[in-house]
Amino acid sequence: MDSISLTIPELRQKLASGALRSREVIDQLASRIEAVDPKLKAYLHVDADKARAEADAADVSLPLGGVPIAIKDVINVKGDPCTCASKILEGYVSPYDATVITKLREAGAVFLGRTNMDEFAMGSSTENSSWGTTRNPWDLDRIPGGSSGGSAAAVGGHEAFAALGTDTGGSIRQPAALCSCVGLKPTYGRVSRYGLVAFASSLDQIGTFTKTVEEAALLLEVIAGHDPRDNTSIDRPVPKYTHSLHQGVKGLRLGVPKEYFIEGIDPEVEKAVRDAIEEYKRQGAEIVEVSLPHTQYAVAVYYIIATAECSANLARFDGVRYGKRTQNPKDILDMYGRTRAEGFGAEVKRRIILGTYVLSSGYYDAYYNRAQKVRHMIAEDFRLAFEQCDALLTPTSPTPAFKIGERTADPLQMYLADIFTIAVNLAGICGVSIPCGFTGNKLPIGLQIIGPKWGEETMLRVAHAYEQATPWHKEKPPI
Amino acid sequence: MADTASDRIDVTYVADLARLRLSPEEIATFQKQLGDVLGYVSQLTEVDVSHVSLLGDADLKNRLRADVLQPSLPVTEALSNAPKQDNNLFVVPKMVE
Repeated sequence: MDSISLTIPELRQKLASGALRSREVIDQLASRIEAVDPKLKAYLHVDADKARAEADAADVSLPLGGVPIAIKDVINVKGDPCTCASKILEGYVSPYDATVITKLREAGAVFLGRTNMDEFAMGSSTENSSWGTTRNPWDLDRIPGGSSGGSAAAVGGHEAFAALGTDTGGSIRQPAALCSCVGLKPTYGRVSRYGLVAFASSLDQIGTFTKTVEEAALLLEVIAGHDPRDNTSIDRPVPKYTHSLHQGVKGLRLGVPKEYFIEGIDPEVEKAVRDAIEEYKRQGAEIVEVSLPHTQYAVAVYYIIATAECSANLARFDGVRYGKRTQNPKDILDMYGRTRAEGFGAEVKRRIILGTYVLSSGYYDAYYNRAQKVRHMIAEDFRLAFEQCDALLTPTSPTPAFKIGERTADPLQMYLADIFTIAVNLAGICGVSIPCGFTGNKLPIGLQIIGPKWGEETMLRVAHAYEQATPWHKEKPPI
Repeated sequence: MADTASDRIDVTYVADLARLRLSPEEIATFQKQLGDVLGYVSQLTEVDVSHVSLLGDADLKNRLRADVLQPSLPVTEALSNAPKQDNNLFVVPKMVE
C-alpha cells in the first residue's frame, strides 16, 4: 500500500503494528519525489540512502519513530548542506544539528531532504532562490508562496508528510495558504532557534507544515521548549497540544478585525473566509468585531525593522569563516565587497542596503526608532483585541497564488503579499493558516487564526474544529 | 522622514558601508526600487508616537545563566567550511603592511 498520503498518526499506527516498515516509507517517498519533483522543484537536496539508514535504526515506539520530516534549507542538520538557497553558502556542510533537529531526532524522526526557499528567507514567492523557483502543486505556472515555498509545496504536493519552515513575516502561513496545507507559526520564544541561520532576530520563528492541525500540534509538542543555547527561547511548560484539540469552539469568542477586510482583497478569498466565520458561528462560537487600528502600518514597520536586522545578521557572510570567497582578492576590503556582490542575489542586496540605510547616522531616529515605536503600538492593538476574544479570524493572504514572474520587477508589490501575516511577527504572537476552500480555478485559500502570546492551545483547538467540519484538507492536488 | 529629494537614499554610499560592490546597473535599479519603498514607508510619519517609549511596555530583564565551561565545536569542525585555513586558523588577505 502506498503510504505517501497518510497522516502522521496513521503512519505511526502502521509502523507500530508492523504493517509498514520505516524503510518502505522512505522508498515510497523517494519514488514519489523522483516522479514529481522535477516538475515541482520543492527539494534542493535529497539523500534517500542516509534516510534509509536512519529509518532502519528508528525506534517506532517514539512519538515520531521512523517518520521522515523535510527541512527548510536554513536549518542546520549535521552532515547535510545548508545553503539558505544562496550562492554564498554553496558547498557548505553543517558541522552540527540545530536544537529543533536534535529534538526531532530524539522523537525518532528521520531526515530525507532539504527544501527550497527564497534566499535567506527573503521573499514571498520562492522566486528569490538561487537554485530556481518552486512550483505550486495546484498549478505549476504559479508560485507556491514564500519564503518557505519548498516546504509548502512538498507537503501540499504529497512529497513530504511534514516539513519545518521559518516565519519572519508570514513565510510559513502564506505559502501554507497558497499550497493548501496547515502552516503554524508559534509564539516568539516558543521554539529554539539555535542552528537556524538568522534573518531578522526579533521576528524569526521556526514552525511546521502539515496536512492536518493534529499533526501540527504533535510536532509542536516535540520542537517547543526552552533551550539554554537560545536565550530568546522562554522557559515555560510545553502543553500537550494534541490533548485539547477536540474541545470545540462552543463558548469561545472569536474576533474578526475589520482592518483585514480591505479593498484589494480577492473576492473569492473574502467569501471563503466569511463562510468560515459562519461555520464557527454555527458551531457555537461567539463572533465579535474588533479593531486593530495600526494594521495599515505593519508592512512599512516590517520593512524597516527586518531589513535593519538582516543588514547586521548577514554581515557574517564575508568570505572569512565559511561559504564562498571571491577569487584572488587584492586586499581584505576587495575580498568583502566582491565576495558579497558575487554571493548574494538581488533581493538580499536590496534589503541589506535598505537596512544599512535605516540604521545609518542621521536616519536612525527617523526610520528605525520610529518603526520600533509603531511596532509597540501594533502589539498593543493585539493586546487590547485579546481582552475581547480568544482568537482572531482573518484571511492569510489577500490573493490566491499568483503567476510566476508576475511581481518580480516590483518589490513593493511583492511585499504587500504579506499584508495579513506580518503584524503577528511584529507583535511576537502566534498564528496558523488552515485550508478554507478553493477559488473557481481550484487555487487554495487559507484562513488565518491568530492567538495571543502562548495561545497555541486554544488557537489549534479553533483550527481543528473548523478542519473537522470541512473537506478542504482532504483534497489532493492534481500533480 | 525622508521622502524629499535631498534626503533620497544614496545607494553607492550605502552599498560601500555594507561592503557590497554593486554594478552600475544594480545601483540604478536599486536607486529606483528603494526610492519607491522609502516613499511607501514614509507613511509612518502620520503616526503620533510621542507617547510611546522606544522599548514599549515590555518587561525586559537580563536573563543570565551560570558561566560553566561546556564542550563546544572542535576546532577542526569549526574550520571545516573555511575557504582558506592554515595551522588551525582562518587565513585572510594581508590587512597591514
